Amino acid sequence: MTRVACHKFDVLVVGAGPAGMAAAACSGQCGVRVGLVDDNFSPGGQIWRSESAGRPAPEAAGWLERLRAARVEPLCGVRVFDAPDPGVLLAETADDLCELQYDKLILATGARERFLPFPGWTLPNVMGAGGFQALVKNGLPIRGKRVVVAGTGPLLLAVASHLRKHGAELAMVSEQASWGSLARFGVALTAQPAKMVQALQLKRDLAGVRFATGSWPVAAEGNNVLERVTISRRGQSETVACHYLACGFHLVPNTELASLVGCQIESAFVRVDDFQRTSVPEVFCAGEPTGIGGVELALVEGQIAGLVSGGRIAEARNLFAQRKKLRHFAAALDDAFQLRPELRDLPSAETTVCRCEDVPYSRLQAHPTWRAAKLQTRCGMGPCQGRVCGPATQFLFDWTPDSVRPPIFPARVESLAALASSPEPEQPAVTGGH
Amino acid sequence: MPSMTLTVNGVAVEVETGTTVAVAAILAGQPCRLSVGGAPRGPLCGMGICFECRMTINGKAHCRSCQILCEPGMDVRTDD
Repeated sequence: MTRVACHKFDVLVVGAGPAGMAAAACSGQCGVRVGLVDDNFSPGGQIWRSESAGRPAPEAAGWLERLRAARVEPLCGVRVFDAPDPGVLLAETADDLCELQYDKLILATGARERFLPFPGWTLPNVMGAGGFQALVKNGLPIRGKRVVVAGTGPLLLAVASHLRKHGAELAMVSEQASWGSLARFGVALTAQPAKMVQALQLKRDLAGVRFATGSWPVAAEGNNVLERVTISRRGQSETVACHYLACGFHLVPNTELASLVGCQIESAFVRVDDFQRTSVPEVFCAGEPTGIGGVELALVEGQIAGLVSGGRIAEARNLFAQRKKLRHFAAALDDAFQLRPELRDLPSAETTVCRCEDVPYSRLQAHPTWRAAKLQTRCGMGPCQGRVCGPATQFLFDWTPDSVRPPIFPARVESLAALASSPEPEQPAVTGGH
Repeated sequence: MPSMTLTVNGVAVEVETGTTVAVAAILAGQPCRLSVGGAPRGPLCGMGICFECRMTINGKAHCRSCQILCEPGMDVRTDD
């Protein structure tokens, strides 16, 4: 039986990655009641995903301590799916329905990987780069397994280094960006000593690993599970035997909830002002949804949003200079890892583009828009709601996504029924106070 | 590392504490699901957005197994 639990907060933060943790901690230390919701089983987001049960990632430990000190109430395993009225979000836990009320909302919903379809990318053991790393952190043993890491973006090297430390044999790291564009990025890094140190550390970690720039996967093959990957470079192709392909093409922002609450989206990102305020009053946004900029920028934006939500404007202003510098890094990232047009030719006619509904490339080509394709082929109509094929078709066909409608994640029938039958729950469990 | 046993399609799998159900399915050599066209699929995003790893856990259908930790005695089905 689905129960409706009610939680009421002065400030509600959605997303417990670096931006959300920083926002919640800073908001909470201003003396307001803060809730921090996340759909994962523990806080940290993707980048600070814990590697061992019950122990946080070391980088997250300091922020977790600040969250406790600020008496922030964490709500993990809670997935927001609707925003029926201003000041109210609806979410599901494993068994129940939650109504989350707020005066101020901070959206820190992070980013996901961009996936591009190529022949064989739907085979089991072909995964996202970050996706594969998440599985390894959550118990997948990879000692002695041959792995190809491919795609684009700084995440590839971080993932490769992590996999190597866990005993994987890295057959190749394939980066679609050219050596020239990475060199320019390297020059931009020199302005950011902390990033430079990280980059040099990665270089040491990956000594001896084959790193092929200007290359990309053109086929994954195997009998019901991945056995080999073909990589194309300078017109030549090379087939590499492997157990896993960890493949992602940089990141795209999770803006669905921001769209649903009415925030203005500009060039795919949530528009914010200097105080991280969106176009909707009392709704803030921080981290990757405002621009893909990495963990340091997410932390600074989160702190600014948190401080402003708690009324500490002057303290927030002190962080503006730091944010400006980190945004230069974000611009350099954007420039360095732009997708090359050749990747538009990766899918063959039979290549599945929409994995939920098994819609092949050939059935999509004829349609002028995302909406037409959805109506005619069911592309993007499955449970992921276009989170995977939307960014792919945006790149392949220049389609722009539709407006977002609730529920933004598939909700259980029981939740929807509970909503219909009890707009005023009889004995709501009210939490959130100190 | 303490370990536990659960079953995937009736076959026992031993995993360490802190392992997600998606990982247990890979260790059992089972695809998470069959696509609408009947092709085997495994986890893709690892973070609960792609829904490729959905399976039936303790009788509850459509669970995103990459966001659920294994528990002793769990009954996991990928063939429903």
